Amino acid sequence: MNRLRKSEILLAVLFPLPLFLGIGGAYGQDSLALAPVAKVTAVDTPNDGGGSITVDWEVSPDEAAGKVTTYHIFRASEGGEFQLLGEVSSGVTKYVDEGTRDGTKYIYAVQAIGKEGKSALTKSSPVWSRGQWFNTQRTNMLLVLLVISAAILLYIRKARAGGKLFIRKIAGLDAVDEAVGRATEMGKPVLFIPGIMDMDDIQTIAGMTILGRVARKTADYETTLRVPVCRSVVMSVAQEVVKEAYLDAGRPDAYDANKINYLTDDQFGYAAGVDGIMLREKPAAIFLMGHFFAESLILAETGFSIGAIQIAGTAEISQLPFFITACDYTLIGEELFAASAYLSGEPRLLGSLKGQDVGKAIFMAIIILGVILENLGYHFLTALMTTG
Amino acid sequence: MADTIGIWVAALLTLFIFSFLYKDNPLYKMAEHLFIGVSAGYWVSYLYQNVFKPNLYNPLFHQGKLLLIIPLILGLMMVMRLFPKIGWISRWSIAFIVGITSGYYLITYLQTNAVDQVRASLLNFSQINNIILVVGVLSGLIYFFFSAEHRGVLGGTAKLGIWFLMVAFGASFGYTVMARISLLIGRMQFLLGDWLGLLH
Repeated sequence: MNRLRKSEILLAVLFPLPLFLGIGGAYGQDSLALAPVAKVTAVDTPNDGGGSITVDWEVSPDEAAGKVTTYHIFRASEGGEFQLLGEVSSGVTKYVDEGTRDGTKYIYAVQAIGKEGKSALTKSSPVWSRGQWFNTQRTNMLLVLLVISAAILLYIRKARAGGKLFIRKIAGLDAVDEAVGRATEMGKPVLFIPGIMDMDDIQTIAGMTILGRVARKTADYETTLRVPVCRSVVMSVAQEVVKEAYLDAGRPDAYDANKINYLTDDQFGYAAGVDGIMLREKPAAIFLMGHFFAESLILAETGFSIGAIQIAGTAEISQLPFFITACDYTLIGEELFAASAYLSGEPRLLGSLKGQDVGKAIFMAIIILGVILENLGYHFLTALMTTG
Repeated sequence: MADTIGIWVAALLTLFIFSFLYKDNPLYKMAEHLFIGVSAGYWVSYLYQNVFKPNLYNPLFHQGKLLLIIPLILGLMMVMRLFPKIGWISRWSIAFIVGITSGYYLITYLQTNAVDQVRASLLNFSQINNIILVVGVLSGLIYFFFSAEHRGVLGGTAKLGIWFLMVAFGASFGYTVMARISLLIGRMQFLLGDWLGLLH
């Protein structure tokens, strides 16, 4: 019994000895040597679609002395254990957790870490994420949209009431009729290439509206229209557009769905196929209207080599130089989108084009005013135009 | 062995495609048709594996995300085009795609192509670059103004705008041509190195 007591006393004396001697660095790391961060606030990240919580904290008082190297951020579901979520370096006081489940309550904790040890956890109140219906950082966008929409609606109303709306000449679009007429005279087909993107691309949609106008002309002139496409959905839409145009022209019998065919989704496979069509069918007029990439020069050069009149249009800035050098006419950027209104002369579309011009005038006014204010040292207009 | 055959096939097909530079010929036609056929088949397989299965089939039939019945129905309506008598049903799917695209991109385009650009143009004139940028933006915008004839001051400013555009296009042209030449160099390296072994 006495022996046992002695051994117990010996253990009790020897066990903490290494600690006093500074042996075993692990103890130093685990001690709460640093002052905890003062306050942790966790809120649902504003103006997002949910799934995110933003955590803010005030730095540990020890940071000023250079003792803090990083902060560890922990997360626990309500009633659960804290799990390490991430770490940020000292000086940072914000962490965005983008992996939350909407509606689930979470508690966050922040811990200061330094060479001397770490602090206790400072916890936040429970918080849960959710999506917002309205992004307040985009209120300026809403205002711009409302003003432009109002202008468009006003001009459409004016056009419908018989008001004359002036649109300046756009050379490339005036040449559409000329190009189809030339193909008719030569007895050769017209080739329409709607780009290589799908129907979820606004340029492809613009290309389809021009296709409608070209198809109407080819129906009137009884000229063959070939439309090879790169996407299956574009083929369906192109067939519908051309069919509608032929019906409008009173020539449904002349419509041939087989002339609007799918080649391949592959960019250069499509370019090779269209090149082959150009060389073998020798179209007299080629329209390249839509979204193009590296295949643009291959197509335009081949069209040039067979002597076809070429009218191109795209808003893809990197491809415009190739069209400008290899085609007879090029619709630059917005001219492509203005084409449908210009070609059809339909009041609804003309009104829309005029409304967009109002938008451009407003933007020009904002730029002039904003530049003047910036040079005078006032930045509120710049801040007003900043979107989230 | 398989590698060698692959290199020979790739090299010969490259030469067949290059033969187009002389004129259209049966070898080019063969390579063209092979290219289109193989790539179309490849894309069918790719879209099935990487779009249809992970985005529709698996979530709907294995994870029970029933909301995906809507795109499934829209897709089936599109397939109705194969049957001429009820082909009109596909128009609903097309209308959905075009409508959603227009609406969705209205905001994206307005932000990236308009509001953010205007914001980036509000510069002070402390640098000559800023002055050039602001003048270029304003004159370019006037070129794209369709409601007035380009005459007088407006015409002169629009002409300045098109000059700005042409200078930008010229720079872009040179840059892209260099990128294309690097593609040609890559192909030449394949022919002379991998195929003929003349480059080490």
